[in-house]
Amino acid sequence: MKNIIILGAGTSGTMMANHLVSKLSKNQWSITIIDQHKTHYYQPGFLFLPFDIYTTKQVKKKGKKFIPKGVNYIQDKIELIKPEEKVVILNDGGNLSYDILIVATGTNIAPEETEGMGGPMWHKNIFDFYTYDGAKALRNKLREWEGGKLVIHITEMPIKCPVAPLEFAFLADSFFKNKGMRDKVDITFVTPLDGVFTKPKATKALHYLLEEKGIKEVTDFNIERVDYENNKIIDYADTEVEYDLLVTVPTNMGDSLLERSGLGDDLNYIPTNKTTLQTIDNENIFAIGDCTNLPASKAGSVAHFEAEILTENILRYINGEELKEEFDGHANCFIETGNGKALLIDFNYTTEPVEGTFPFPGVGPLSLLKESRTNHMGKMAFRWIYWNMLIKGIHIPFVSATMSKKGKKIDN
Amino acid sequence: MEKTYLDSIIKINDEGYLTDFTQWTREIGEEIAKEQEIEMTDKHWEVIDYIHDKYKKEEALSIRGIKKSGVINIKEFYQLFPGGPLKKATLIAGIPKPKSCI
Repeated sequence: MKNIIILGAGTSGTMMANHLVSKLSKNQWSITIIDQHKTHYYQPGFLFLPFDIYTTKQVKKKGKKFIPKGVNYIQDKIELIKPEEKVVILNDGGNLSYDILIVATGTNIAPEETEGMGGPMWHKNIFDFYTYDGAKALRNKLREWEGGKLVIHITEMPIKCPVAPLEFAFLADSFFKNKGMRDKVDITFVTPLDGVFTKPKATKALHYLLEEKGIKEVTDFNIERVDYENNKIIDYADTEVEYDLLVTVPTNMGDSLLERSGLGDDLNYIPTNKTTLQTIDNENIFAIGDCTNLPASKAGSVAHFEAEILTENILRYINGEELKEEFDGHANCFIETGNGKALLIDFNYTTEPVEGTFPFPGVGPLSLLKESRTNHMGKMAFRWIYWNMLIKGIHIPFVSATMSKKGKKIDN
Repeated sequence: MEKTYLDSIIKINDEGYLTDFTQWTREIGEEIAKEQEIEMTDKHWEVIDYIHDKYKKEEALSIRGIKKSGVINIKEFYQLFPGGPLKKATLIAGIPKPKSCI
């Protein structure tokens, strides 16, 4: 009997357990998945929780429900990976040996990386919305907030779901309009990049949204510290931005397990081949989702496309065949723009988001890089797809793991 | 788009960034720097070398990376490439600017 161990039962790990259980012979392979948390969160829902669009119940379920029969589910903290001994050590001291290891430990926020951010005002007037606790605390704050300067801020790239901060700004605009207090709120978007939109086609197609919604931009802002006593953020060029309510995306870092095990880079992400998903240093360790250092977006849709390709590569690895260099960085994301509308973008490592239709060329029903109500309905329907299809490893019809160029306005 | 630097025709995008790194030379970097009113010194080139190294390894560029690089501290980085140091340094280095997904 040989062992496959999956570290992490989030979006990626759960998908891999579901894919592999149906593909591997039960007589030859034992599959184990390990996670320290009981709850599986629908992370895209954290964007909606602060605005009371989703309830807490809609974004969390028991993780166990999604682990298929035939997979051993261990609930414990993982202490260490020892690649040379092919062993995983658990917090309770137990040892598990593996033939193949799949790392799916995700990414976390690290407010402590920025001076003053995670200090006494954390979750008082400085919030994140990338964690369940942060999104819930922010919801409670927004219910009673009487207005002032709302600053939405990105600390540094890369971050999970790079468009979520922008969606947050759009939804905030709608939220305060609906509450009849938009005139009392000043919304500013602060980014270390050179614009809220950074790609030429998206800038051209979408910049009007900021003007229409009266959202101000502060660009090239590399934060040095949060002056929480005087409510301002300060960057290395001594630019200051004042806030009454700071909604920040702190530095994102991979799990400290990877640092402890000597497997991570500067940000605790695991160096991984960007087309095969095999890790660079160990041929029997594979990685998927937010924990890798791939130059792709950290997003559930990316993990979903990776899972299909990784499953095939693991089967190839087991059979001693050459791995498929197939992953192209494909991402496919809905972007809420407020007022019941959304955009859809589809892109990969080399092709920037363009206009067109999706998934059927020339037909749609979803339109790319354009606001529509149908796209918003798509985003809302996605929660159901997530819980019922995506993490169960059921293929979503008509959506391929690699990016299709059909029906899209691509220049080259 | 194309632009002529030192008699070579170079492919660039709307914002002036080279779209084909193989066309880059140190002399062209120097010309782009002049347009940004930056006079290149050895320290500037050390930073550009570091950036090229990261680019070749396909690792993301960030202020944190610069801080940890051991090449330069952040205040100096701002002094060498005033007004958006990562944006300016990548322009001179002939590689794409740091960007998000849209």
